[in-house]
This record gives sequence, C-alpha cells and structure tokens, in this order.
Amino acid sequence: MHGTTERVPIRTPQDVVVVRQRARTLAAGQGLSLVDQTKVVTAASELARNTLEHGKGGEAVLETVENGTRRGVRLTFVDEGPGIPDVNAALRDGFTTGTGMGLGLPGARRLMNEFSIESTPGRGTRVMVARWK
Amino acid sequence: MDRIPILKMGPHLLVTIQVDMHDQLAMTLQEDLTTKIEKEKSRGVLLDISALEVVDSFIGRVIGNIALTSRILDAETVVVGMQPAVAITLVELGLSLQGVRTALNVERGMQILAQRVDAERGARKRPEVRGARND
Repeated sequence: MHGTTERVPIRTPQDVVVVRQRARTLAAGQGLSLVDQTKVVTAASELARNTLEHGKGGEAVLETVENGTRRGVRLTFVDEGPGIPDVNAALRDGFTTGTGMGLGLPGARRLMNEFSIESTPGRGTRVMVARWK
Repeated sequence: MDRIPILKMGPHLLVTIQVDMHDQLAMTLQEDLTTKIEKEKSRGVLLDISALEVVDSFIGRVIGNIALTSRILDAETVVVGMQPAVAITLVELGLSLQGVRTALNVERGMQILAQRVDAERGARKRPEVRGARND
C-alpha cells in the first residue's frame, strides 16, 4: 500500500476546520480508534490555529505512515512567521503570548505519540506530530 | 452558515451545535447568547454539544466563557451530550471545564434548569406568607 500525502493551506479560520476534517478522514482510514482519531483531530486543530495566528498562516502536510505492521498518521505544520523565541517556555502549560490559554503546544504533545518542533526567530516554525494505531 | 440558532423554551434558551464550528462562529454564538439572555431574561441555557466531534482549547474556552457570562447575567448554563471520546481528549489536553455544569443528556440538563426555577419560586413564596415581600 502506498502512503498518501495531502497539503492543506492554512490562511483563514475556515481552513482550520478543513484541516480537522482531513485529519479525521486520514486517521479513520488508518484504522485508529475513535478516541485516537479525536486526539489526532484535536491536536491538528491546536497546531493549525497556531500556524494561523502565531505563524501568520502556512500549511499542513497530512501523511499516512507505516512502520512494519504499524500504521499511523503524521501531521506537519509549517509557517514562515516570526518564530518562537523560547521553545521550552512555549511547551509549558499556561504559557501564552496571545489570547489563548497556552494549551496549544503542550496539549498537542500530550495527545500524540511523537512530537518535534523546530523554530527559528524571524524564519518560521515547523511542528511535526504522529500518532500510531 | 454563519450563525448557530438559539431557541427559546419558556424561561430557558436551547442551543444545539450541529456544525464543526470555526473560531469566529463560536465567538458569534457567545455574543448572540449573551444578548438573548438579557433580552429574554432567561434563567437557563442548555448547550447541546452531542454532535460536536472535537472540542479543542479554543472551543473549550468559549464554552467556559458562555457559562461564566451567563452566570453573571443570572442564568445557569448546562452543557449536555459531550461524546466520551471528546471528554477523554479534553482531559488529556489539559482542559477541565471548571465551573461548567454538565449533564449526560438534554433530558437531565432540562431537569437541572427546571429545579433551579422551581427552587426560586419556592423561595419567593415564603416571604409572602409572612407578608415580607420585597420583589
């Protein structure tokens, strides 16, 4: 079976909804349980909103992944926004620069099996998360 | 669709969210509800989220704000019908919806709101008996 890759631009709040819907379809197609699908979709929503609001827009790359007999989904959120000056602070619960509650990054990390973030001030941010069946 | 309908049911308001809300839609609902509580002098708000497949931190915050704002306007909000998968995810996300009254379904939610109205009616009657009305 070939993996699939889908790119979704994130420019408007409605695009965040589209990311959620595509992530749901992908996770369901990989056989993730309803609870795991919900975790994937919720993490996707948090990260897509970050891309829109803090990254000034960007895109989501949604992929199916396979490792031997394990199947899962990988979501990558890329923006060319101002970047995050202190990534460790941004990963702490309750850290917020805006109007949110500061649960976006740490919450998404808890909901997924894999999480990585790279951010360069002035260049942008890339967050990659994965969840396995 | 750019508005979620708010139905009046006697002294209460009923909102059934049936679409995947984008952020602005959630904000509009919060504003519309606040306006309607004041206009209708509502005593309770029943927020049915049984069709919501995702509650992320933003939607969770809006739900919390609706509950808080309605309380300040002397109306109680009961959130009903949260899907189990959504509840599990919310807790893991780190959102506890503290201070938000919840019930398993619409029926139980209505009972909670009706009890409040009944209790107030009872409380209002007592001073009358002693001839000490002050409303």
